[in-house]
Amino acid sequence: MFGQRASLRSGLTKTRQSFFGRITSLLRSSNITEDTWEELETLLIQADVGAKTALALVDQLRETAQANGVRNADQLQQTFQRNLVQALEAVARPYLPGERLLNVILVVGVNGSGKTTSIAKLAKYHKQRGDHVLIAAADTFRAAAIDQVKIWGERVGVDVIAHQPEADPGAVVYDAIQASRSRGANVLIIDTAGRLHTKYNLMQELAKIRSIAQKQVHQAPHETLLVLDATTGQNALNQAAKFGEMVGVTGVVLAKLDSTAKGGMVFAIANELKLPVLFAATGESVDDLAVFDPQAYVQGLFED
Amino acid sequence: MFESLADKIQETFRNLSRKGHLTDEDVQVTLRDVRLALLEADVNYRVVKDFTKAVGERAVGADVARSLTPAQAVVKIVNEELVRMLGEPAKLDLGGPPPAVLMLAGLQGSGKTTMAAKLALHLKDKGQRPLLVAADTYRPAAIAQLETLGKQIGVDVHSEGDKVAPPKICANALKRANKEGHTIVLLDTAGRLQINEELMAELEKVREATRPREVLLVVDAMTGQEAVAVADAFNQRIQLTGLILTKVDGDARGGAALSIRSVTGVPIKFMGVGERPSDLEIFYPDRLASRILGMGDMLTLIEKAQGQFDEEESKRIAEKMAKAQFDFEDFRSQMRKIRKLGSLEGLLKLIPGMGGMVEKLSQAKDHEKELNRTEAIINSMTMQERRQPKLLNPSRKERIARGSGVTLPEVNALVKNFEQMSRMMSQVMGGKKAKGMPQMPPGMKMPAGMGGMPGMPGMPGAAGAAPASRGLSKKTLAERKKKKLMKKQRKKR
Repeated sequence: MFGQRASLRSGLTKTRQSFFGRITSLLRSSNITEDTWEELETLLIQADVGAKTALALVDQLRETAQANGVRNADQLQQTFQRNLVQALEAVARPYLPGERLLNVILVVGVNGSGKTTSIAKLAKYHKQRGDHVLIAAADTFRAAAIDQVKIWGERVGVDVIAHQPEADPGAVVYDAIQASRSRGANVLIIDTAGRLHTKYNLMQELAKIRSIAQKQVHQAPHETLLVLDATTGQNALNQAAKFGEMVGVTGVVLAKLDSTAKGGMVFAIANELKLPVLFAATGESVDDLAVFDPQAYVQGLFED
Repeated sequence: MFESLADKIQETFRNLSRKGHLTDEDVQVTLRDVRLALLEADVNYRVVKDFTKAVGERAVGADVARSLTPAQAVVKIVNEELVRMLGEPAKLDLGGPPPAVLMLAGLQGSGKTTMAAKLALHLKDKGQRPLLVAADTYRPAAIAQLETLGKQIGVDVHSEGDKVAPPKICANALKRANKEGHTIVLLDTAGRLQINEELMAELEKVREATRPREVLLVVDAMTGQEAVAVADAFNQRIQLTGLILTKVDGDARGGAALSIRSVTGVPIKFMGVGERPSDLEIFYPDRLASRILGMGDMLTLIEKAQGQFDEEESKRIAEKMAKAQFDFEDFRSQMRKIRKLGSLEGLLKLIPGMGGMVEKLSQAKDHEKELNRTEAIINSMTMQERRQPKLLNPSRKERIARGSGVTLPEVNALVKNFEQMSRMMSQVMGGKKAKGMPQMPPGMKMPAGMGGMPGMPGMPGAAGAAPASRGLSKKTLAERKKKKLMKKQRKKR
């Protein structure tokens, strides 16, 4: 657990050194003036927080600062951190609450967001918790996607249930559920083909996959995770909204946090869609996945 | 979800009591909208600042005073500035002794491998002999992916497994291209972070080893504020010659392209607009500008349509309509063509001001099913029946219903609607042009004929836009409108 948090922090080091790092120095610099607020808003926008959310966060900070008579910059920074953490914690919840014989986790996202890699990491995470994990290779569309997930499966020591390319992904899911039962697996992770949230037919296909899982396993899928690329800008909100509408996303995996991007849109997603971030992925190794901790995330953004 | 900038600015001006000439104050108010719109489109903060300043300076000028409405004037200036900043469409540089090396680079998941295949197909169609090179030795199955794509499009792929260093693979590929007479070598490199020193150094080596004529950065249209830092770093290390924007078929506005263009000065060359190898478009600044501003993209729609309808046939169909000879066979072929243009949602998004409709439409999702049913019914007719709808007697209709898995009343309804439509069309087409076809009435329902099948896995997707026949005449455009209307009529049962 400490190791995971450390890797999340190290992933955020680069983040710190740029924009949010500048927030720190900004807040530390002597007097709070009108420019301070504007600059703060700018910095949030540059971290992909989005103009609307940035404005809301800064306004909120202004209010709390005024109400609490915050005068010095150190206090202001603490207040700001607290506000940001609260924004994320307001929607936080544990991953996979409750217990059941078979946990079905559906993983969705746009093309190239990092689904397959995140799935490998998630499989490793479950294995380490002592779960018996299977992966369903339901991306039967993209060239060599099945090979890719199989290689990952081998690397983390998890069996992959796959059909031929171009096969019906619903059938793969059905088989994978049967296999989970017969092999006594308690966690089934479903890899789906990347799809843009604007493609109606492909989103319908996803809804179908979901309903197949639902029919086979009580209340499945127990988590529907949307993998978001941290480098994505404002479109992330559209993605979360559309995937949410079509397949009932329950949480976000923030991938590629080791890049210089901050994934600032998680604030908008938390605020507008009430969706929690459950995991943060920070690198290309299978160990680079951490349970998302708002405190650590925000603190990481401010540390110097 | 998106409100177009034009609408917003219009709104702003409605709130201002005065109309007519733009004062400095008016401009400042509008620029707030422009700023927000651009930020929503993921244009980099600093670029937005420069941009709004430039627009501001122009807007308080004389041009505006002469214009019709202030809102139009501002939008026009914003659009012009955007187009100017996005730069001219740039062609690939394939000059010099062959083979010309094209190198693709970018972050993970930006779409390099797919784009490599698209470019290969595009160049192959232009008579080149491309060789794809699998230089991504890191991502599991990346090589297999490129090989599969190569097979799909009939282009050779050079790979040496994942144990050989990419610069070596690329150098070998170049030798092979020379020997085998390939005219183009396309290097698909692994995705990497611009801050990964080791991997960036590897890219430099690839560049040195192959002396590419084009070094193309592949950028996801959904990229946020970081696009600038990424592009800048790649540009410094491997001196980019062009940009390719991918996943433009989504609803991202692609502001990243503007940021990168203005920071690096590198021209944008192509856009990826789908998952199939044929889904490649040449970059047009005016279209991207409209998109960034959320103003739709009529030109793309027209071009898509041009790919599907040739003038000859449109003329022939129009004549048939005029003589009330339009039959089920014609109907089916027209319907199929329209459906090939893409999903209804996708089409709507291309029409200025229709962005809002998309949301509403996705509420009513039955049009797709209904179209399938309609086509199934027509498919169950014999060719004779399709050509001569009059043949359809109750017993034939019964058979058709059974054949297509629908009820008899459904077949009856289709036939009846078709007859009505046919009659109506012959009236409209038969001369009385003056009446004027209703121009897609406000709050319009798009023709039901425009369902979509955007490359469903396993489905025979649209075959990709054929080279467009230029200069669509007013007449064919009018005809198209009529066809749309006719479908709409049919839909109204």
